[in-house]
Amino acid sequence: MPAIQIPTQKWSGKVREVTLGATAADGGTRAKTVTVGGATTLPFLHFDGETPHAPVVAIEIQDRYPEDWSPILLEVWGDAAKDPASWAKAAEEKGADLIYLKFALNDDLSGDYARKIVRQVLDATGLPLIVFGPGQVEQDNDILVSVAEEGEGERLVLGVCEEKNYRTIVAAALAHGHLVDARTAMDVNLGKQLNILISDMGLPLDRIVMDPTTGALGYGMEYGYSVMERLRLAALQGDGMTQLPMLVTPGEETWRAKEARTDEGVPESWGDWTERAINWEVLTTSTLLESGADIVVLRHPESLKRVKGMINALMSH
Amino acid sequence: MALSGLQIYKLLPGSSKNPEVKKHANCKECGFPTCLAFAMKLGQKQAKLSQCPHVEEESKSRLEASAAPPIRLITLSADGHKATAGNETVIFRHEKTFYHQASLFVKVKDNQADAADVAAAVGAYTVDYVGMDLTLDGIAIEDAGGDFAATVKAVKEASSFPIILLTDDPVKAEAGLKAAAGTTPLLSAATPDNWEAMAKLAKQYKAPLTVRAADGDLNALVELAEKVKGAGVEDIVLDPGVRDYSSSLAVFTQLRRLALKKNERKVGYPIIAFAGDDPMLAGQHIAKYGGFVVLDSFSPGTAYPLLVLRANIFTDPQKPIQVQPGIYEINKPQPDAPMMITTNFSITYFSVANELESSGLPGWLLVADAEGMSVLTAWAAGKLDAERIAKGVNTFGIADKLSHRRLILPGHVAVLMGELEEELPDWEIKVGPREAVDLPNYLKTQWG
Repeated sequence: MPAIQIPTQKWSGKVREVTLGATAADGGTRAKTVTVGGATTLPFLHFDGETPHAPVVAIEIQDRYPEDWSPILLEVWGDAAKDPASWAKAAEEKGADLIYLKFALNDDLSGDYARKIVRQVLDATGLPLIVFGPGQVEQDNDILVSVAEEGEGERLVLGVCEEKNYRTIVAAALAHGHLVDARTAMDVNLGKQLNILISDMGLPLDRIVMDPTTGALGYGMEYGYSVMERLRLAALQGDGMTQLPMLVTPGEETWRAKEARTDEGVPESWGDWTERAINWEVLTTSTLLESGADIVVLRHPESLKRVKGMINALMSH
Repeated sequence: MALSGLQIYKLLPGSSKNPEVKKHANCKECGFPTCLAFAMKLGQKQAKLSQCPHVEEESKSRLEASAAPPIRLITLSADGHKATAGNETVIFRHEKTFYHQASLFVKVKDNQADAADVAAAVGAYTVDYVGMDLTLDGIAIEDAGGDFAATVKAVKEASSFPIILLTDDPVKAEAGLKAAAGTTPLLSAATPDNWEAMAKLAKQYKAPLTVRAADGDLNALVELAEKVKGAGVEDIVLDPGVRDYSSSLAVFTQLRRLALKKNERKVGYPIIAFAGDDPMLAGQHIAKYGGFVVLDSFSPGTAYPLLVLRANIFTDPQKPIQVQPGIYEINKPQPDAPMMITTNFSITYFSVANELESSGLPGWLLVADAEGMSVLTAWAAGKLDAERIAKGVNTFGIADKLSHRRLILPGHVAVLMGELEEELPDWEIKVGPREAVDLPNYLKTQWG
């Protein structure tokens, strides 16, 4: 009987390598940098091609105590969540690869305030930093420009950079040596289009991460899943404007969902709250990793541990 | 894989190298003017091969094989419950859709005192997700040195789900098959050591049979599958013997590619996958080609997210999930709470409902029947207009629930404001934000 030939798939394209953070040698102050991308295969198919860099996990911290977060999260982070610097340290101790600092929507957000918080976090941790505004164009513009100045040379990721405000954010990234998080609604062509607009302004492609948006499990995750799978296929087929690593925020999406956030008035069939909530976060995340995510932003340290374990298992071959 | 018309033509008398057959080229006996025309119709499934009286035997078997699905459909059943796997046609769900959702089985051991209780709990478990009742699919019973037949019998009495018999011992297998009489269980597994006895049992008791190789050795797997097929077993399930994330992903992907892209009939069967106690590994098997997925334990806090994951992955991308049009209450709204309009596309609905829920602000949602489209798409397609919204307002009895007469229109369809005011003269129409994420802020500042 003729032997079965393993059906391998060789691609012409490759995901671009992107490095977050800069050490003293490169004009920053980070203890280490994190590089993602470089794959010449669909996720974790080591018999098809190379995956030089494992996907990485960022932990989300906020600039002020997030009173509206699920009690499960507030309990596990405890007092650390009351101060961004100690929160960043705690996240690093739990094994995060990156810190994702999110500024909550607040009337007295200002450039000076954001500058102060970013400085505290940079001083508290040696990990590369991702900084997101509240997602409102005006406030994002105000604070991210100041953040870019304060973090000069640190190769921060600034987000979100979307169609409405990309000019301001990209200009700030260009001027101060940072990266941007290019976010679009879940759509292959919108994603490509924004990458083109950003690179037309002169920002090198190795300073862009693509953020195709995602929904939590049960809340549209399958759309994000398939859009990411299509983006990664396009990248491997050689479409340069899709060859960027992908960042998604399954933690934020999960913990907005009722299943994770609360145990009040939910059906008995939903089971134990903590078990359900952690499963919600890790399953949303693991499924997105299988479809091409390079950077995932989580909220719960137990999820961080489990997802890191899964990534390690998938990288071994 | 289905053959094209031209590929079929090469197998018909018109292309034959045998003069005895070739002389019937374009004989028109099939009812078509030429062999090529007939081939094209065959390719489109508008004609039957039996219409050609002169086709060669070898061609016939190749054509018949090509008509069979590339991954055989396997059905396990008991008492009206079924678990099916196979008949998949694509590698990625966006290429078309995945058809038969992975069946989730929970494992019990034959030396486990509460096996029947677990089976009963698994069988009784149901959870609502966007109006669908999701359930698990079956029980796998593992031979762990206890009383296998008695456990099978107890499980069968405790639940009406299909059963997988996990034993390599033909004696226990037969006892289990007898105890499972009246159902179609999966016998798991035939190995290089026991395949003759297992194949005989599978044939005698009409049960599908798993073939198991070690460490993802596909040649050994195919060899075993061919042997049991040669012994008369047609319904085969593959266990390539991998259990970890990395090898499972690699080997299951290779099997799917071989079946669909290489048209390799010898691996054209569904896969049984074992997830142990790791929900993320079960999730990988659901998304990446497991047909029957066996979990080591049952717990609602794990079953619910896995069932939702499965529902998501196996949703037809062309037919998005819709929510029922109607009035939805968020955060226990009172009559003075705002009434907001959105559409019944599930993602649109969830975006709006989620933002509201997490803001803690009470509100009413009027979910209009926009045939499952998002606000902007529905408006562009004429599925969300003033008339439809007014119809919703009037038929859902909104006025009775409210102490005010104000409606919030999604910002993306502000253009509908004038028409809507004409349709609903008693109402004040307000234009809300374009994006759901801006709703809480809008309500805090603009609604008073």
